[in-house]
Amino acid sequence: MSYNADKKGYYGEFGGAFIPEMLYPNTEELRQNYLRIMDEPSFKKEFDQLLKDYVGRPTPLYFAERLSKKYNTKIYLKREDLCHTGAHKVNNTIGQILMAKKLGKHRIIAETGAGQHGVATATVCALMGIECVVYMGEIDIARQAPNVARMKMLGAEVRPALSGSKTLKDATNEAIRDWINNPVDTHYIIGSVVGPHPYPDMVARFQSVISEEIKWQLREKEGVENPDYVVACVGGGSNAAGAYYHYLDVPEVKIIAVEAAGKGVHSGESAATSALGQMGIIHGSKTLLMQTQDGQITEPYSISAGLDYPGVGPMHAHLFTSGRAEFISITDDEAMNAGLMLTKLEGIIPAIESSHAFAILDHKKFEPNDLIVINLSGRGDKDLDTYIDYFNL
Amino acid sequence: MNRIKKKLKGPGKILSIYFTAGYPALNDTVRIIEELEKNGVDLIEIGLPFSDPLADGPTIQASSTAALKNGMHTELLFEQLKDIRKTVSIPLIIMGYFNPVFQYGVEAFCKRCQDIGIDGLILPDLPLDVYMKDYDTIFKKYGLVNVFLITPQTSDARIKEIDQASDGFIYMVSSASTTGATSGFGAKQKNYFDRISALKLNNPQIVGFGITNSETFQQATQSTSGAIIGSAFIKHLTKNGLDSISDFIKTIR
Repeated sequence: MSYNADKKGYYGEFGGAFIPEMLYPNTEELRQNYLRIMDEPSFKKEFDQLLKDYVGRPTPLYFAERLSKKYNTKIYLKREDLCHTGAHKVNNTIGQILMAKKLGKHRIIAETGAGQHGVATATVCALMGIECVVYMGEIDIARQAPNVARMKMLGAEVRPALSGSKTLKDATNEAIRDWINNPVDTHYIIGSVVGPHPYPDMVARFQSVISEEIKWQLREKEGVENPDYVVACVGGGSNAAGAYYHYLDVPEVKIIAVEAAGKGVHSGESAATSALGQMGIIHGSKTLLMQTQDGQITEPYSISAGLDYPGVGPMHAHLFTSGRAEFISITDDEAMNAGLMLTKLEGIIPAIESSHAFAILDHKKFEPNDLIVINLSGRGDKDLDTYIDYFNL
Repeated sequence: MNRIKKKLKGPGKILSIYFTAGYPALNDTVRIIEELEKNGVDLIEIGLPFSDPLADGPTIQASSTAALKNGMHTELLFEQLKDIRKTVSIPLIIMGYFNPVFQYGVEAFCKRCQDIGIDGLILPDLPLDVYMKDYDTIFKKYGLVNVFLITPQTSDARIKEIDQASDGFIYMVSSASTTGATSGFGAKQKNYFDRISALKLNNPQIVGFGITNSETFQQATQSTSGAIIGSAFIKHLTKNGLDSISDFIKTIR
């Protein structure tokens, strides 16, 4: 069994393209071309070059000595927080903007929650001189002012999503509606491994550079390609997909996915999709999602805006139900304390999303010889206000 | 024979009206259906509200949000409709998104529809290939017509494939848009209507999206079998209430 997408975009029983006919030509054009384009030498060359010179790759694989000592095991951090714009998101937007150019598109749309993917999209659009519209929930616009300002500086138009709960899921709906209304000249840059096929597979491939680098970096440092564990936080799941990608079909590498439990998995304010979700359709994909018995999609909660999504990518739904990955839920409090711990021990302020991944160190006992790679998906600058409020700094 | 097919064999152009169940008020469903039949409408699409209606513009989004807030849900809609065939004979279609149907259980949903006397379903985000593979036999077992959409961007080859899979009518989306977005039809639409007409499809076509008044109804039905009005009807209901349904229908034809 493979844990990657099959030709129709299914991961086991999850995935596919559950889209209205209005979107069929757009996604079909992408589906028919994405693998061919990604395989073109000229595409690869430009992608690799930009990742190196513009994003700053390869990102370091850093041995966290003090953290390792505290937990009496061996912990490496994959430093995606050092990417340009502050997180792994830009790996995907670089790939997709080049894809859009190859497809002859002149206009880019994107959705964003906290604004990280919006900033990463606005950045590559500025780089390429392409028109950019970012949809963002009205509520998120109010609480993420610095990222809204960044997008505006970068020349993007930020359009408020006024429907539904006015957050990430509604911003995604608005972006999809825009694509329905502009089917010919527009490319939709989805920010995670969600949405209809081929998006989950395409985004996972663009993010797979993370585990590609981990492999050779680990060989350099430890003489082996495979860690015992690879750990990542999962909202939609793009950083996790990238960190797992080259290990999916290597059973000796254990995969740990960390979800946001919010105020507690059963508190009614949570984003732990694996624990609370049922199979269903969200944003064109069959996956696990949080919903009422009646099939209405519900609003998740997490202190971290990047994990605040009611679904999870189909790859992760499959990793969960097949048992390939172990899913652990971490509360707001646990994540915030883990973020502070990492800051004090290693001098690195993580994004609160990534803090969730570090909190598992208190949940799970590792052996002294275990080799653990934790994907540090983003830096905490954007979360300073939340840290200040939480710790009364 | 299924009431939809029977109606389509009759003379004249079909006027189909969409409304969102549970809107304006939770228990308006039956009365709206009865009023529409009384005023000479040919076909009714009962909208099963969904939290995330991807293909809909602001009007239907707002009516769906309001309907859910009012307390509408799948089982309640079936409850409201259980005696509907005692009072109306008009063809009835349930239109909604796939997830609520999937959660109810597709077969259980189809069975309830048959028991009530629903004639067909429109589920825009249930794609052709999945329908054919997993659900075609279930729909047929319960006598339900499944209606597929086509758009100006749909290729001729795919339209023919959809025609093959259809057994009632084809829902012809008038332009590249969400519901309620366009105002008036131009040369672009005319070319599209002509192109589809020239394909000589087996199934009749009914046009939806952008039909708001008598003029657009006329234009849409020149080379097709009928037209569907949704957003414009909901706007009218919002503004004028249920008592004025006949006024609205009179402005169309």
